[in-house]
Formats: sequence, C-alpha cells, structure tokens
Amino acid sequence: MANEALVTQLIRLADDHLILGHRLSEWCGHAPMLEEDLAMPNIALDLLGQARALYTYAGAVENKGRDEDAIAYNRIEREYTNLLLCERANGDFAHTMLRQLFFSLFMHNFWQAALSSSDETVAAIAGKAVKESDYHVRHTAQWVIRLGDGTEESAERTAQALRQLTPYLKELFEADDIALLCTDEKWLPNPAVLEAAWKDEVTQIFNQAKLLLPDYELGQSGGRQGRHTESMGYLLTELQFMQRSYPNMQW
Amino acid sequence: MNTTAQTPLWEVFIRPRNGLAHRHCGSLHAADATLALQAARDVYTRREEGNSIWVIPSSQIVASDPQDKEALFDPAGDKIYRHPTFYDIPDDVGHM
Repeated sequence: MANEALVTQLIRLADDHLILGHRLSEWCGHAPMLEEDLAMPNIALDLLGQARALYTYAGAVENKGRDEDAIAYNRIEREYTNLLLCERANGDFAHTMLRQLFFSLFMHNFWQAALSSSDETVAAIAGKAVKESDYHVRHTAQWVIRLGDGTEESAERTAQALRQLTPYLKELFEADDIALLCTDEKWLPNPAVLEAAWKDEVTQIFNQAKLLLPDYELGQSGGRQGRHTESMGYLLTELQFMQRSYPNMQW
Repeated sequence: MNTTAQTPLWEVFIRPRNGLAHRHCGSLHAADATLALQAARDVYTRREEGNSIWVIPSSQIVASDPQDKEALFDPAGDKIYRHPTFYDIPDDVGHM
C-alpha cells in the first residue's frame, strides 16, 4: 500500500515534467530570438531528464515490468496525473516564461526539501534536479522582471498571462492522502508546506516586475485525478504518436 | 525584441579549464549583461565547454582597421630573429 502511494506520487511528479517539457519543446524553432531558441529546449531537456529518472524509478518500485517508455507513452489521457498548469498551451512568450517561473520556483523548493529524503534514489534525483531548477528559476525570473517592467506591450502581455495562469496555482500545493503518506515516510516533501516560501519568492520577483500576485485560493483542480483541460488530448496525440504508430519502437 | 537597438551584440569568452585563459568563442544578442551571460551559458556551454564565461558589449571592443594591415603587420615578416629558434639547446634539457 505504501509502495503504491510512492509509485503514484512519483508518476504524478514525472508527468508534470514530461508534459511541461513537451510544451517547452514546442518552442524549438519558433522562439522570438535565436538565443531563447536554445534556452527553452535546454530547460525542456532538463525536465525530460528528470521525468525519465522518476518514471524509471516508479517502474522499479512498482515491479510490474513497466519501463520509462511504457509509463510515459502507453497510458490514456485519464491516467496522466500532471498539474493542469503544466499542460496549458504555450500562449505567447510572457505566458510561457511566467508558467515556467511558477513551476520552477515550486520545484526548486521541492527538490531542496527532497535532498534529505529517506529514499536514496529520490535524494539522488533531487541532487541533480536542484541545480537544474536553480537555473530555470534564474532564467525565467530575469525574463519575467524584464517583461513585466518592460514596454507597454510586454507589461500588458505579462499581466494577461498572470490572469490566465492564476487559476492553476493552487493545485501546486495540493496534498491528498497519497501525497501525505509519502510525506509521513519522508520519501517526498509535502507540497502544501512549500507554499509559504514559494509565495515569498514570487512576491520578491513580482516587486521587481511591477506585478501583483492575486489571490489564487479559488483554483482549478483535477489534474492529479486525471481530469484534464481540452488541450491535453491534442498534446498527447503528438507526444504519443511514435509509440502508438510503432509500438515498442526504440532508437 | 528583434531590433538590434534593443538587443545589442555581445562577444562571448569561455574558459575551458582552470589555469587556461578565456577564449573568444562567438557572439550573441541580448538586452543587457545579465541576459547576455545567461544566453552565453545556454548557447555556448551546452557540451561542457567551460567553467567560466565573460561577455563584453561588442561596441566596447576597439579593433584595428583592416586597411592598416600592411603598416601594422608586414614589417614583422622579415624579422625571423625574433623567433627563438637560434639557440642550441643541450640535449639534457629535453623538451622545452
């Protein structure tokens, strides 16, 4: 039972990274400038690497013969348990950067707490991921500050992105019985406990970006139970194409 | 964002290893120094090329005029005695 909870929680976490990594990868070849055309896929590759480590470990704990590809690609939409924030369509550059800042700030705190996990594999994954997420925060924070406190158009677009993303923030800190079981065992940090630090850090960045973090208590929820937004189906169609067309293919 | 007025050119220098000098490796566009440093990291250190980065506004570099090439560099052409190749090195010294 406890192991089942760990598998569920690892897959939730892995899904966040796979889906958001896929979203970021959609920018490849379309970024507003060449330098960002490398920066965003760099972040996407970090997220994908973290997803791979988490899926692989989930499969090992589950012990039913599923490898990373089997979990990542061979599920139906309702079996994906990522945050709704991660599946949101990219929108414009401001929306992408703000979405990434919200997620990376949360994950940076999460990985830092996970460094002291009682589970050695989780602690090892955290050791690598904490450095990567540190850079993701730096990069996206610098952009959000410049966009929010930039031109009239960039400020308006950033403010609009904030309005669009606000309903998806509360879900970051959701902690159901499965999450709490993993917390009790000291396997994974409790997302709810990370909210205060996250809020402080967002507020500090927003002060420089001339943005105000709105009340986000009334938010969308359901990602952890597999209830997704409309855009998820389209995302999976592309994400799963190769494995659906050529099952078990490798390259 | 695409105008070079908003994102001027920067020259990037990477130090490959401790003890070696920073070497020019390319250029990029960025709005300011912080973003230039991040862009340099993202563009030029993806394959472990280095452990230190310098970025310098290209406009700050003072370059010699290509038209001065003959006056500046040709006079060195026949001063072969400036190369340290006329010393007899004792065999015991080995490779220098």
